[in-house]
Parts: sequence; structure tokens; C-alpha cells
Amino acid sequence: MGWGPFQYGVQPEAASAHAPYYDALFITITLLLLLFTVGTVAAIIFFVTKYRRGTKVDRKNVITHHTGLELIWMGVPLVLALGMFAWSARNFISVRTMPDPAESTEIFCIGKKWMWHFQHMNGVRENNELTVVVGQPVKITMISQDVIHALYLPEMRAQYHVVPGRYTDLQFTPTKPGKYKILCAMHCGTQHSEMVGQLYVLTPTEYAEWLEKGGNRYKTKPTTVAEAGKQIWQEKQCANCHTGVDNPRAPSLAGIFGKERVFTDGTKRKADRDYIRESIKMPHNMITKGYENTMPVYGGTITEPQVLALIEYIKTLTPSTGDFERQDIVNSIPGTNRDNSNVDVANQGQSAGNAQFRSAEDKR
Amino acid sequence: MSATLIDNATAEQPRNDRNYLNADHTLKSWLLTVDHKRIGILYLIAVTIFFFIGAVAAAMIRYELTSPHGILLSSEVYNKTFSAHGIYMVFQFLVVAIPAVLGNFLIPLMIGARDMAFPRLNLLSWYMFMTGGLLITLSFILGGVDAGWTFYVPLSTLSETQISLCLVGIFITGFSSIFTAVNFIATIHKMRAPGMTWYRLPLYIWSHYSTAIVILLGTPVVAITLFLVVVERGFGFGIFSPELGGDPVLFQHLFWFYSHPAVYIMILPAFGVISEIITCFSRRPIFGYRFIAYSSVAIAFLGFLVWGHHMFLSSQSVLQGLIFSIITWILAVPSAIKVFNWTTTMYKGSIHFSTPMLYALGFMGLFLIGGLTGLHLASIDTDVHLTGTYFIVAHFHYVMVGGTIMGYLGGIHFWFPKMFGRTYSEMWGRISAMIVFVGFNLTFFPQFIVGYLGMPRRYHYYYFAPEWQFYHILSTAGSTVLGIGFLLPGIYLTYAIFKGKKAGPNPWGAKGLEWEQAGSPPITENFEKPVLVLEDPYNYNPEEDSKMYEHEVESADMLGGRK
Repeated sequence: MGWGPFQYGVQPEAASAHAPYYDALFITITLLLLLFTVGTVAAIIFFVTKYRRGTKVDRKNVITHHTGLELIWMGVPLVLALGMFAWSARNFISVRTMPDPAESTEIFCIGKKWMWHFQHMNGVRENNELTVVVGQPVKITMISQDVIHALYLPEMRAQYHVVPGRYTDLQFTPTKPGKYKILCAMHCGTQHSEMVGQLYVLTPTEYAEWLEKGGNRYKTKPTTVAEAGKQIWQEKQCANCHTGVDNPRAPSLAGIFGKERVFTDGTKRKADRDYIRESIKMPHNMITKGYENTMPVYGGTITEPQVLALIEYIKTLTPSTGDFERQDIVNSIPGTNRDNSNVDVANQGQSAGNAQFRSAEDKR
Repeated sequence: MSATLIDNATAEQPRNDRNYLNADHTLKSWLLTVDHKRIGILYLIAVTIFFFIGAVAAAMIRYELTSPHGILLSSEVYNKTFSAHGIYMVFQFLVVAIPAVLGNFLIPLMIGARDMAFPRLNLLSWYMFMTGGLLITLSFILGGVDAGWTFYVPLSTLSETQISLCLVGIFITGFSSIFTAVNFIATIHKMRAPGMTWYRLPLYIWSHYSTAIVILLGTPVVAITLFLVVVERGFGFGIFSPELGGDPVLFQHLFWFYSHPAVYIMILPAFGVISEIITCFSRRPIFGYRFIAYSSVAIAFLGFLVWGHHMFLSSQSVLQGLIFSIITWILAVPSAIKVFNWTTTMYKGSIHFSTPMLYALGFMGLFLIGGLTGLHLASIDTDVHLTGTYFIVAHFHYVMVGGTIMGYLGGIHFWFPKMFGRTYSEMWGRISAMIVFVGFNLTFFPQFIVGYLGMPRRYHYYYFAPEWQFYHILSTAGSTVLGIGFLLPGIYLTYAIFKGKKAGPNPWGAKGLEWEQAGSPPITENFEKPVLVLEDPYNYNPEEDSKMYEHEVESADMLGGRK
């Protein structure tokens, strides 16, 4: 039973594209540390030996200040510090720049006490296990269902907090097939230390096989995230109000992802995942300009995986697709508190479908 | 080398041997005292007890981690144990230890005042501290707290443990800090003896002045923040919980706005202690007085601008992270200044290897490692893999234990003769200083490695990586040695209080009003005669001092067979 530093080394395995860059910086800072520590300790040992009381050495003309010396030992560390900062900033910016969606795999991660739930776009779900393919950038979009967690992949040198109430992300590109650790690095309650799992990095052939088998777990092909979202969309009867085009009751959600939304108080926000999530869970926070605060609050009745799936489905909506079978009924509802003439006047949004009710009356 | 204590004191011991300790012997006279020295002793007793509780918790953690599967405790109890360790050590020991014990005792003596500016407030601060400490203890008796000392929401708002009670305790302890800080600032500004100009102040005073300002500005923020957690828990106000429309990251901003400066509250007073010890036992004026003094002020100021470096991965923007990172890098400079100046102070000195000096030298080595590993974490990229791991744990223990506790023990050993009028066994002092140094490194150095390997902090189990056990066993072995190193001073110092040899006013031959103008122990009014300050601090003469010991070196060389 071998445990010992020599068998495993003092460095964690480096299995991502970023890891060698990370380690280079880490080792450089460590060497600087050693340089300063060894230098200072050597000076201390030299002084305390040479000048220990009773030795016959020159103690005349004790200097008590020397501005030049002070400036040198302020200046040199400062320059080094700024240099090291620049290096690490460059690394950090590159590690926080999310990969191009076209060339990467996106995975959803939901952290909850005390497990990791991963969801692939093709519908494969994994608990405390994550399977990815070597060489392909992975972007993980994360949210917590309860307290703050931190998704920590030591061999990938990747970590980011998983926060309730907002989406966060991290990316890495695995470079070595193998089995690695998934840990939670933020204290999250009783079984914090059991919130661990395995990251499997497969070769492309293995990965294709794994996918073919539906992630080893499902006999039939699993429903994709967007398909799951469609089911929720139907279950919650979202299309009762959100139709293919804007109507007096609610704005259309077709094509809104990534577009700017204007609210009743005049503020604006890009319709990203965080916005859509908040609009589902706490719709009253941001009312799109031209509409009333009528949407029910889903905060307590919808889970985070459901929200993520809904968002994926909303992203796929176009005015002509989606589940809008009640569109005609909604459009013909008489007596909504809006003046119908507004429908004709409004024409200032990015898409015709979006714009129709933008400039509707709003006098707040 | 024999333990030589010189008695070249200039102060006269009062004829009737009257001092603050024997002024009155009743319990009431202690509990209602407004004498800053007695309050310092009250604090000494209190923080020693709280330190002991925190240390027992630490021992339990270390024992538990010798096996990847845990040994004795359930995960729930384990979480409560490390929470207790953090809460007692941070709020009831580290933040108060040096300022409230040594600061209270020494500040009036060092500046030539009879007492603090607000003696009654000083006593009240001790009662607040005890009330806070008792409430915290009560919260652990009633079931404990499992959210760690950081109380991150929503963990702390959702937890069903005694968090509210514990937070109220910390809130009250916080006010004790604020009172002490107000007292320090007023005392240092208004109570200095004639001739005691700002640049004649011992650096100990400068560092306590900086500390007091940080306490005054930072503590109210954390007090309110923790109070808001109580309000949210008790009344469901949505401040931090996203379910209620709050923001959990806001808590981290507010918490670290205090808790990062709190690190400087803990370490700045230790800097002051080290400045005093290094000069005294190098027998020479300090090198770069003004640079050391202003570096304390710079640390106090910059310390308020770096809180976001605890939150590089908390969802703050990249730009925010970069700004906090660069300020943190810059903050390394004033700390470096101090270490370089202390080192240079030994050049052409006359070095005495007394117990306090050993602690001070140990401090410099450990603080260097502690401070410089801070750069791995200030560096925003390397922080990604290290934050939340044992690397962090090792780093802040190097600063907090290697820095603050080494400074505290050094200070206690340095001023012990002044506080109790007696000397302790130099031999035991030196042995325990070395045990602490060795035990400390053995405990915490392996944690750097296991942290870099990826061991998250606050993990009860690590069955998924049994190869880490080696480092944990090393660490636990070290903590046993460290525990002995902490226990020894408890024994021989307690013995010395009652049975030690009389010290005389200035057993170290040190400069400074507390040594030269006051008895050991001082009288209640501190000084027999009015104090007038005419010279700069640290007015030592290394050449003269060294001459007195030349025979020692010669005989040692002869014994060692050298010429």
C-alpha cells in the first residue's frame, strides 16, 4: 500500500490545455518566494552569527536610515510584482474567455446538497460523473439549487463558484484521456466532503461509443435538453401568453435570446440566461416595456434543471415554430386594456415580431 | 551560553514595593478595575482560555484527518469542530490577543501616560468581550454552528444550527474591539508625555495606531453584516438569499471588507512587537524608522482595497478581479519593507539569543513564507486552482500562527518580567520557542503540498485520494509537537508568576519608558515621577553592549577548541 510523496509527486497531474501554463506561473512564483526567503534568511543567519554579542567586529557608525536602500527594496519588489501581475492577468483572461460555442461542448451543471448534476445538450444526464472528449473545449454553465458550491477540477486547474440565483461558467480543454477528480471547494454543509465525483476524459472513439449508448445509462436515445424544455413549456402552458408574435398579454419569446430588452422603468438588459431565468422565477422584477405585471411567479414551483431546459427551448423558438397553437385565440381576445391602434404605430424594434408592442403606452 | 539578565535599570523600585498587582487583592478589585494593566491581565486570562478551546478543536480536526475515512466524528460534528476552531481563534483570540493584552498593558506605559484615555470604556470592552465569548460558547453548548467562521450565505441563513446566537456573540465581541480602538486612538493622540513626539514613539505604538484605525473603520461593517444575517434568519428579510430576492455575493463583499483588513488587525500589532524585540536584542537603533512606521499606515490603507481577492471566483467580473489582484500585489511591498528593515537592523548589532529574540527570528522566517505564498493567491490565475484548498489553509496559518502567535508569544516573553515582576526559565523559554518553530513547520508545510495537489479545505473525508494521507499524518504529527510547544510556556510562565526570580525594572537592558521609567511590575499610576522624553527611541549602543560579552565568546571558543 504505497502512500508517500515520492510515488505521487508533489504536483497534481496536468490534464488540461491550461495546466502547463498554470504550472509555469506557479513554479515561477514559488522560485521567487524561495529567492526572497533564502536570501533574507541567509542574511539573517549571517548577521546573527557575525554580530552575536561579544564578537570582535566593527560596530562603529551604525546606520539608521538609507533612503537609497529603501527605494531599491521597494522598487525591485514592486517591479517584480507588476510583472508577475501582468503574467497572471494574461493567463486569467485567457482562462475566463469562454470558447466559441461552435467548437466546444456546452454542459449544464447544477450543484445541490450534496451532489453534482451534469446535463449534456443531447439529453444525457450524469450525477457526480462527467464524461467529456479529449481535445475539445468544454464550457460548463453552472447554477446552484441551494447554497454556494464551487466546482473544482484540480487536474484541469479549473474552479469556479456555483452560486444560487445566477449562472456562472468555467471552461477547460482536456488534453489527456483518463479519470480525474471533481470536488466541491466551497463549504456547503454536512456532507460537503462527499460532494465529489469523477471526470472521465475519453478518446474520440470511446466518446462516440459512449454517446451512442446514451451515456451507458439509457436504452433509448435520451431526450435533448431543448426537447425536455419543450415538455416543460407545454406543461406550464407558457404558450397561453407567449405566442409567436407579441400580443397584448405578453411579448413573444421567439428570437429574443441575446437581444436587448427595454423595461417599464426605462432600463435595458441583454436577454441572456440570467435574465430569462430571473424572468421565469421572479417576473415582476423586470417588466418589458409596454406590458403589465401579469406573469405568475414560478420561483417556488420550478427547479433549476427545468429552468435551464426551458431556456434552451426558448433559444430555439422562432415566430413560426414552437407550441403556439393558441395564438389565434389570444389575438382575438377583445377588451384587453390596450388600445389596438398601438399595434400599428409601433415599429422600432429589431424584428417585426418583437417590435409591435414596444412603444405601447407606458407612463411611469 | 548562559542566560544572562542584566540589571542596568535606571528606574528605582518603589521603596514599599507597591505595584499594580498587590495594590488590592480582592476579586472585586480585579473585576471592577479601571487600571489598564489589570484589564490587560484580565484579557490575558480570557484569551488564554479561548485559545485553549480553539486549540482543542484544532487537535480534534487534525486527529480526524489522519484517516481518509475519518475516525471519531460524524461529518456534522466535524463541521461544528472546524467552525468552533475558526470562530474562537479569529474572533476571540487573534483579533484581540496582542492589542487587548499587550496593547492595553503597554500603550500608556510606552507613551508615558498614567492610564488609557477612557479607563471605564476599557473595562466595558472587556465585559463586552466576555459577553460575546460566553454567547459564542453558549451557542456551541446548545448544539454548535456548522457554517465555518466565514458564515457564507445562504449556508448560514439556511442552517438550522445555533448561528443566530453565535452571530450575536460575535457582534458584541466586535463592539469590544471598537471600544478598544477608540481608546487607543484617543490615548495615542492626547496622552503622550511631554517630549514624546510622533517620531519618538516606539514602532509598537505606530502599529497599534494603524490597527486601531482599521478596527474602527472595518468592524462596524462586519457587525452590521452579521446582524443582517440574524435579521434574515429571524424575520425573513431578503437581503442575501436569492430566494427572497437578495444577493449571496453581497454578503461576501461586506464580510471581506472587514475580514481582509482583519488580517492586518491581527498581524500589524505583531509587527510592532517584532520591531521592539529586534531592536532590543540587537542593541541598536532600528533601521528605517519612518519607513517601518509609514508601511504600517500604508498596509492599513491598502488593506481596505483588496477584499475582492477573496472572491476571484465568486462571479465578480474579470475586470474587478484584476483590479483587486494588482492592489494585492502592490500590498506585498510594505510588508517586504518591514522584513528588510528588521534584517538590516541586525547589521552591526550585538545580538542576544534570548527567548523573545528566538520568537522574533522565527516570526521573520515564517512570515516570509506566509506572506510570499500570499502571492500565489494574489496572482489571480494561480488562485483559481488554490482557493478553497489546504494551500489557503497553510498560507493563512503561516501568517496567523507563524506571524501573530509567534509575535504574541515573543511579546509575552519579552514583557513578562514587566507584567509580573519576575523572570521565567530562559532555558525552557528557548526550548519551547524552538519546539514551536519546528512543530509549526511540520504542521503547516505539508498542507501547502496537499493543497496544491487539490485537497479542499473543510473536507472531512478524502477517501477518493488516499495518497494525501501521508501529508495529513505529517501535519498531525507536527500539530502534536506544536501543541507541546504551546503547552510548555503555559506551564513555566505560570510557575514563574508565582515562583520566578525577581526581575528588577529592566532585566533586558531595554530602552523605552516602560523599562527605564517604570518598575516591574509598575505601580498603579505607572510612573513615580513625571515623565519627560528627551531622546529618540531605540537609543542603543551595540559597540558598548558587545564589549561586555567578549569574555563569553572567548571562553566559548576555547571550550569549542577554536582559536
